Amino acid sequence: MTRSYLPHTAVDRQAMLAAIGVAATEDLFADIPAGLRLDRPLALPAALAEQELARHLRDLAGQNASLGEYACFLGAGAYDHYIPSVVDHVIGRSEFYTAYTQYQPEISQGYLQALWEYQSMICALTGLDVANASLYDGGTALAEAAMMACAATGRQEVVVARAVHPHYRIILGTYAADRGLTVKEAPFADGATGVAGLAELAGPATAAVIVQTPNFFGCLEDVAAAAELAHKAGALLVVAADPVALGVLEAPGALGADIVVGEGQPLGLPVSFGGPYLGFFAATEKLMRKMPGRIVGQTTDFEGTRGFVLTLQAREQHIRREKATSNICSNEALCSLAAAVYLTAVGREGLREVAELCLKKAHYAHAELVNRKVCQPVFGAPFFQEFAVRCAKPVAAVNAALRREKIIGGLDLGRYYPELAGCMLLCVTEKRTKAEIDRLVRTMEAVS
Amino acid sequence: MMNTPKELRYSKDHEWVRVEGNKATVGITDFAQSELGDVVFVELPANGVAVTAGKQFAVVESVKAVSDIFAPVSGTVTAVNDALTDAPETINSDPYGAGWIVVVELADPGELAALLDSAGYEKLTAEGGH
Amino acid sequence: MRKAEALIFEKGQPGRRAVDLPACDVPAPDAAALIPDAYRRKTPATLPEVSQLELMRHYTALSRRTFGVDTGFYPLGSCTMKYNPKINEDAGRLDGFAALHPLQDEATAQGALAVLAAMEQYLAEIAGMDAVTMQPAAGAHGELTGIKLIRAYHRHRGENRTKVIVPDSAHGTNPATAAVCGLEIVEIKSHADGAIDLDALRAAVGSDTAALMLTNPSTLGLFERNIREVAAIVHAAGGLLYYDGANANAIMGVSRPGDMGFDVIHFNLHKTFATPHGGGGPGSGPVGVKSGLIPFLPTPVVVAADGGYRLDYDRPLSIGKVLSFYGNFGVIVRAYAYIRAMGPDGLLAASRDAVLNANYCLSRLKEKYHSPFDRFCMHECVLTSKNQKPYGVRTLDIAKRLLDYGYHPPTIYFPLIVEEALMIEPTETESKETLDGFIEAMLKIAAEAEEDAAIVKNAPATTVVGRLDEAAAARKPVVRWQP
Repeated sequence: MTRSYLPHTAVDRQAMLAAIGVAATEDLFADIPAGLRLDRPLALPAALAEQELARHLRDLAGQNASLGEYACFLGAGAYDHYIPSVVDHVIGRSEFYTAYTQYQPEISQGYLQALWEYQSMICALTGLDVANASLYDGGTALAEAAMMACAATGRQEVVVARAVHPHYRIILGTYAADRGLTVKEAPFADGATGVAGLAELAGPATAAVIVQTPNFFGCLEDVAAAAELAHKAGALLVVAADPVALGVLEAPGALGADIVVGEGQPLGLPVSFGGPYLGFFAATEKLMRKMPGRIVGQTTDFEGTRGFVLTLQAREQHIRREKATSNICSNEALCSLAAAVYLTAVGREGLREVAELCLKKAHYAHAELVNRKVCQPVFGAPFFQEFAVRCAKPVAAVNAALRREKIIGGLDLGRYYPELAGCMLLCVTEKRTKAEIDRLVRTMEAVS
Repeated sequence: MMNTPKELRYSKDHEWVRVEGNKATVGITDFAQSELGDVVFVELPANGVAVTAGKQFAVVESVKAVSDIFAPVSGTVTAVNDALTDAPETINSDPYGAGWIVVVELADPGELAALLDSAGYEKLTAEGGH
Repeated sequence: MRKAEALIFEKGQPGRRAVDLPACDVPAPDAAALIPDAYRRKTPATLPEVSQLELMRHYTALSRRTFGVDTGFYPLGSCTMKYNPKINEDAGRLDGFAALHPLQDEATAQGALAVLAAMEQYLAEIAGMDAVTMQPAAGAHGELTGIKLIRAYHRHRGENRTKVIVPDSAHGTNPATAAVCGLEIVEIKSHADGAIDLDALRAAVGSDTAALMLTNPSTLGLFERNIREVAAIVHAAGGLLYYDGANANAIMGVSRPGDMGFDVIHFNLHKTFATPHGGGGPGSGPVGVKSGLIPFLPTPVVVAADGGYRLDYDRPLSIGKVLSFYGNFGVIVRAYAYIRAMGPDGLLAASRDAVLNANYCLSRLKEKYHSPFDRFCMHECVLTSKNQKPYGVRTLDIAKRLLDYGYHPPTIYFPLIVEEALMIEPTETESKETLDGFIEAMLKIAAEAEEDAAIVKNAPATTVVGRLDEAAAARKPVVRWQP
């Protein structure tokens, strides 16, 4: 069989078998006991030619309501921001995406430099000293931060705000479960996590206090206050942050955070039904050698030319094995590259402008919905681009009406917080136009 | 040729011990540093902690390897070579001198008898060292 | 030739930008009025300021200093650097997949759920398993998920099993995974012929054995001939068998881990199923299980309902979640496209050609390079530089010299139990001409080692930088740019 991905002709195979000195390919599989060889073809659909496959894939994709046709007001951990054209042009260069990890630095200088520049940008955004080259996503980055805090402090307990993304908290529970770690949840009031609630739970056994800002409800947390109480307990402060919001929010590192993690998807990655995303992870220099994941460092070659290498590898599984700081190997490098290109594209002023557009449009939408009495506000805490409202009709009914107007509505908060049944979490990014926001308001008004 | 000073005692885990009174200076051997390659980081114990013979008390990292360092004798750490934090490569360049790791006040000088002399250690490394 | 590329931070001018943003089209107060002063960033983060052309030139320059499968032969053992078909890239970028929000109503995402359901079914068939979760984002993440499933399974049966057995040839992720799952590692030695020592295994198992983690074919590129005995020993002790699918490219349609006796498996879609490695990721590490472990799968689970699909979160015994949503969906779509393009006959042919290519390399290279195992290999072969050692040439030197010949070197110094190892995995997508070119280069390097070792030891001579000072990088880490 010769196919576009299988270059051998019958003549090639014969020549190779002859060189090996066997009569047939079967002979090479002699080590597999006869009883373990599959004696039938795999029950899979027959091969498709490229044009048949292209049509089939288009048909499948066509069964989904894409954000290309629908105006999206749904966030909750995945954000529909504009992706500058350059991002896909860069990550579509196949030197990048067909490479693997930079184990041979001499022929990987370009990628290593791009990752090092990415680390630098994450440090600049978070206000911390060192960032790794990526983890899987925001939720796993938060769980890894908690594990690292336990290892660094020798303590076995973390205090996490209940206003942290519910999925992140489930992941944290899954990661903590088999390691004998205790997770305590601190309550929120008026949309934000009260210092008093955190203080009540944080004590001498606490390795980390974990807050998210903006939190799951879109509200801003008092990072400085959380840092102070965490440090008073001898714990580390872990902050999960939205990287676009960091265009207008003070760097958590400057407010006392020891570890800053988050979902990097807003930085130039499509929502893509939940992945691949990008877990970014930054920490203080003191914690550098306890960090999970790959880190790129700058050095020189023997002639003094600047170059880059994977560094501090003794932390990692391929060297430290069962004593590694994490078991991570493959990461989300191409997503880091996309994020670096995104941050380069919008640049120093542009990131602030994107964040301000989100902020202003969300506040406009909130004001319209509340002032027109379409729905009621739920929280009073300051917010970024997401906010909760209480609808007169069930959230599902509102969303069904919105869908008929080509709008993807908000998240039903009752699904995660029973006390917030009937409340909807809406998100307004810079991508939403005034016309779309007005259509959202009119449609919701019509169903209320 | 490995350097194995006659006046020192050695553990099977490739640490050396220099005894002066009831104190023992501890480091890793020339053989150990050579096996590890370029040392890049040393995780040192705190001054004053108790160490137990055969138990890990420090970690030495090279670019491509990491090695737990086991205490050759039991006792209390009375000095730590903080200079290794800034210049871990000293372990490579001067393993028996400036590359020392800790000084331990001996809890049981009798433990010294279990250590190898230089000839015994040379024999061990000649056999493969592991 | 040797020259550093300026950093993006060293390019451009203050005020430049690479994308134009729209004006604000809604009436709204100043940002300062919307964010409490104490929370507000006072000075912008130090991000680059370049024009669009400067951006493209920068990243184009960096791409040209990067070696990928599309650049040249990449026989990196254990990583399965096969060709990444381009239509798969198109598939992942279709608006209906890429612009699909993970939390939008299931009714509006039926095409995506159909892809997940089909992939679960295809991978279960290829592995001989009963169910699959697509959630894990990479191979090691699949291991973590699988070991957590095994722990949950034992715990549910009222057993507290605390030990995981791994052979000494295992990938570092195996012991690291067991450790992060709170388990103790029992390492067992391999036989001289590369196989598991059955007596050592019998001695190691017990009522505390949670699982044996095994890569088969092993990291030595060898099929575990005694796999049925291995499975019987572990199962008799009440433990489960975990299959590390890193080397599954050897067995598609040939033999199934489920039939070998494995209870849990992860696949690496970025290895076996042709999705790009991305420079280190994103990957995808789906996990397959036998029926007894299904109740513990992470949430949500895709289930068929009313002629379509929905997501089931009501799984009381579930281990929870290992990723925020449903997996690296964009990668899964690419692998789906690959399986549909290959069909059952194509996948079988791929594994057969992968094994043929590895044995061809082995047979032609073993005259000059020491082969530690005298038997046929599977999809990859392990050689060493033992024959070159007398000339002072080590495996690292051979790898660096290959750079000068335009090849990505094999995996080096792994598996750890083979001294000075070179692990070559050609994959099935490489032609005989490519293999011949590589083999010629390897033989030439062997000759150079004998005649002019310095040229090998000083390699590479043709790359944009020479050998780098990794010790300096780790001693005084410079891990970010500072203005």
